[in-house]
Amino acid sequence: MQKRPILLTMLDVVSVIMLAISTYLALFYAPTELVMGDVQRVFYFHIGTAWTALLGFIFAAGAGITYLVTKDLRWDRVGVAAVEVSTVFFLITIMLGSIWAYPAWNTWWTWDPRLTSAAITELIYAAYFMLRQGIDDVEKRARFGAIYTIIGGISAPLTFMSIRWAQSRTIHPVIIGAENATAKGDFSMTPDMLTAFLFALLAFTIIFIDLLWNRIRLESKQSEVDQLKMKVTN
Amino acid sequence: MKKQSPPHPPLTINNSLSSNHPSFLKAVFAILQKDISAEFRSRELLSAMLVFSLLVILIFNFALELDVKVRQSITAGVLWTTFAFAGTLGLNRSMAVEKDRGCLDGLLLAPVDRSVIFFGKMLSNLTFMLIVTIIILPVYSVLYNVNLFRLDLLGVILLGSIGYSAVGTLIAAMTVQTRTRDVLLPVLLFPIVISLLIAALKVSNGLLNGAEFSEISAPLNLLIAYDVIFISIAFMVFDYVVEE
Repeated sequence: MQKRPILLTMLDVVSVIMLAISTYLALFYAPTELVMGDVQRVFYFHIGTAWTALLGFIFAAGAGITYLVTKDLRWDRVGVAAVEVSTVFFLITIMLGSIWAYPAWNTWWTWDPRLTSAAITELIYAAYFMLRQGIDDVEKRARFGAIYTIIGGISAPLTFMSIRWAQSRTIHPVIIGAENATAKGDFSMTPDMLTAFLFALLAFTIIFIDLLWNRIRLESKQSEVDQLKMKVTN
Repeated sequence: MKKQSPPHPPLTINNSLSSNHPSFLKAVFAILQKDISAEFRSRELLSAMLVFSLLVILIFNFALELDVKVRQSITAGVLWTTFAFAGTLGLNRSMAVEKDRGCLDGLLLAPVDRSVIFFGKMLSNLTFMLIVTIIILPVYSVLYNVNLFRLDLLGVILLGSIGYSAVGTLIAAMTVQTRTRDVLLPVLLFPIVISLLIAALKVSNGLLNGAEFSEISAPLNLLIAYDVIFISIAFMVFDYVVEE
């Protein structure tokens, strides 16, 4: 049995501390937004989870390509771990957005381009798990999973573009980069807000890496168990 | 004396291509020809797709109460939804036939590149979709008194069908090898083709409502880009789908 790496334990501890600090920064340190009030504080975690989830999906597509090239099952474990953690993070993003949207837009959900493409992206990766569940053969599962993460990773930005053209006006705020006249709930960040925001990004990236690592280890253990089971039954 | 049974489809491919290195296009068209002649003997796929499409339109008629005013804005939506649903039916069937009757193994044994199988199957799926379209469009035109038989609209439908059958063939080749296959195909396919459907819908809607070209050029470009991107991806990964 492999021993748990000390670096992973340290990363666990760091993640918990980072999450605590980030929560403090978001809830107490950052000033209250003038128009929206306290509900704007959701923003820090909303972006933190969204950022890491999208990176995770891209990472999973990369792992898929690497698996197809190397045929090393370790990359399949990396891929499934990345998709799983990212899917949960993205679900959190959507839910946090909903919580913010109710007071800001007066509705939990609207068919805005960003919201719609987020929902479709989430569905792509939900389908990924259904695909994996339907295949018993380990290598075939890995191959098909890899292919699907690649297709999904390419299709997600295309979906976003197509919906943007279909409904050119968006009410989703764009805080970073472009200014957006039609957005409802736009605000500009003060330096304190920026600190909390950047810290949340860092914190969620580290939490993501920690969860990913743990999940990959779990997947390896699972395949070890499967092999042992095979040995016993034979 | 009983006559010899007709040769097995994969063998026909080998016979018709006497050299050891058949040209790519020739092999692709051999697969297309095999599918079409098999279909015209059984007619099980096309008839199912057609009847299903008509039923979908019928259901839409009652669900959306397609009166004259609503029809104008919704025709493209009804058409594309119908094609998407009927398309999954065809994709499922065409891949399941290959798998269940062991024809896929025969195709894999043929001395051709694997991508030939992909393009062959894609072309035959595309052909069936287009045949259904050619029949559905006039029927819809007559039923709802709109003229859908326009060259530009046909072009858009062709572009949309190409992308749809490219992704569809790739995904159907995967789902046919899983336990829950016919259930899984739409679940995997629809979130991927949704961008294609939205772009196609946007262009068709623009055409039917007499929009300027500048309004539809962006989704039209996306439609073409989608076709190119997914055909190339399918071409690259199809080897891994049929690998044993």
